[in-house]
Amino acid sequence: MTVPIGHWLALSAVLFSIGAVGVLLRRNLIVVLMAIEIMLNAVNVAFVALSRHLQSMDGQVIVFFVMTVAAAEAAVGLAIILAVFAQRRTLNADELGRLRG
Amino acid sequence: MDLLIVFAKCLVALLIVLQVGVLLLWVERKGSALIQDRVGANRANLFGGILPFNLGIVNTLMADPLKLFTKEDIVPEGADRFLHWLAPFLALFPLFLTFAVIPFGDVLEIGGRTIDLQAVEAGPGILFVLALVSLGVYGVVLGGWASNSRYALLGGIRGSAQMISYEIAMGLALVAVVLTFGTLDLQQIVREQGKLMWGVVPAWGVFYQPLALLVFFIAGMAESKRAPFDLPEAESELIAGFFTEYSGSKQSVFMMADFVEVAIVAALVTTLFFGGWQVPWLYRDGFHLPGGLSIPLPSLLVTILGVLAFLVKLGIFCWLQILIRWTLPRLRYDQLMNLGWKRLLPIALVNVAVTAVLALLLQGWTVAS
Amino acid sequence: MTAFWILATLAVLSAIVTILHRSPVYGALALVQTLLLIAAMFALLDAHLVAFLQVIVYAGAIMVLFLFVIMLLGAEDEVRLEGRSALRLGALVSAVALAFELATVVVAKRVDGSALPASFGSTEALAERLFSRWALPFELTSLLLMVAVVGAVVLARRKA
Repeated sequence: MTVPIGHWLALSAVLFSIGAVGVLLRRNLIVVLMAIEIMLNAVNVAFVALSRHLQSMDGQVIVFFVMTVAAAEAAVGLAIILAVFAQRRTLNADELGRLRG
Repeated sequence: MDLLIVFAKCLVALLIVLQVGVLLLWVERKGSALIQDRVGANRANLFGGILPFNLGIVNTLMADPLKLFTKEDIVPEGADRFLHWLAPFLALFPLFLTFAVIPFGDVLEIGGRTIDLQAVEAGPGILFVLALVSLGVYGVVLGGWASNSRYALLGGIRGSAQMISYEIAMGLALVAVVLTFGTLDLQQIVREQGKLMWGVVPAWGVFYQPLALLVFFIAGMAESKRAPFDLPEAESELIAGFFTEYSGSKQSVFMMADFVEVAIVAALVTTLFFGGWQVPWLYRDGFHLPGGLSIPLPSLLVTILGVLAFLVKLGIFCWLQILIRWTLPRLRYDQLMNLGWKRLLPIALVNVAVTAVLALLLQGWTVAS
Repeated sequence: MTAFWILATLAVLSAIVTILHRSPVYGALALVQTLLLIAAMFALLDAHLVAFLQVIVYAGAIMVLFLFVIMLLGAEDEVRLEGRSALRLGALVSAVALAFELATVVVAKRVDGSALPASFGSTEALAERLFSRWALPFELTSLLLMVAVVGAVVLARRKA
């Protein structure tokens, strides 16, 4: 295992930025949620790499929590998307600006 | 040399799963005929029917694949060609890999080497199985979506919901098993089942975890999408569900995946609950019956007996699944969801809790301790 | 090192496909690929249990849920990447800035992989940590999941 920790963190940063661009760029709510998943995973990469670097299991425990939160987020987020789609017949975030149904 | 051995073991595991898959096709044909008081596949005889018995098995093993692979491969209009092509392989490939971690025998001692009869000696074998089972769903989902057909799409949606629902109960049943045996290694779990309870009864998982067996078997059958859980391909409602728009060799891959799934459920039930390759009272040096009688056997013969025992148990549970498939009617969708979420899940949860408490209170209750 | 570069390149490429592909289905598939590659990275980093969890939870459950919803709502392709061009420009600029900033704070140090205990990243080691030092957060997580389940059910019910 000879990959420097910096490489892992840089990779994590790049993945996180890609996710952030996705959130800003895309209007489809489902794709926005998927971009958020990329960001969460980028952070997980950093956690696991640092856990390996510091030789502490704590980083991996946190990844476990992040996964749990991501699962909860996806379940609730997708339920909201389903409810929104049933009301408005669109997934475009720009068309959902009006608060009053 | 070591690489060669691993290669050979993988080949054996693959051959087992392929052979079982193909044979099951014939067993299903003849078995369903037996159950429904029909004759079943009896065409395609050899030698112009001179033989006094018919060779229906020839039909299934040779004529059927020949027909399927020479049929025209139709891709419906408006379908996503790439995903339509990819989906069957996504359905079959994870299943083949699952067999790699299932131990099909004890150690083989040959020429001073001891070879563990398990294609890949993965430490956390149960996690491996869970991961691959959870990936199997993509073939169904994508096959349904890529076909550009309402029936296929409905089949795919049903399939995805069904499979993630039953995975939970299945995983919880496995948790109870892991608590009982104290390891995630499938080969180790089988070894633990070679012990005896009270010096007589083999310590098979079924005696410790009958509820987990029930939940796991039902959830496993639901994962394999066969009747009574065949809603993703319900022919009276959705024509053929997610593979409505498939024909020829691609359809046969989906069919093959069906039978391989049956074999995998049977193999897992055997491994986790019925001692895998263990023959009761058979040890490395021969039989030691509870009465005190001992029959010494050579090591090689013991290993061969173990592999045979695994195959026999595998066959029994495959047959049981075919029996259930041709006996029970299809569930309604709400019944399916009720069974998964309101029956199996609470049972599995209580089972895990009780197992955990027992494992803590009664040191020595679990096999591993 | 080679493994890292292969995994990293593929992961970045499939992440880009995820956010740029017009079809949500292909986007979701590219994301599955990203997640599987990240699972391989976890295995490379000796985090074996986390790697398996990544496949089981992310690729096996969460992404199937995404595909389920995409298929349920009918996956129409976006005609183009909508959004005002100023926003798009801003997104790109800030992304590059963010990546640059995040990457430069990183001090490249070598990982010392010599004195790693054999049980590192195993199920036992993770469980030990999880149920001792992190027991309270673990319980809170179960509360969170409970809330999420109830919330999802309520949202689904109200529609009908």
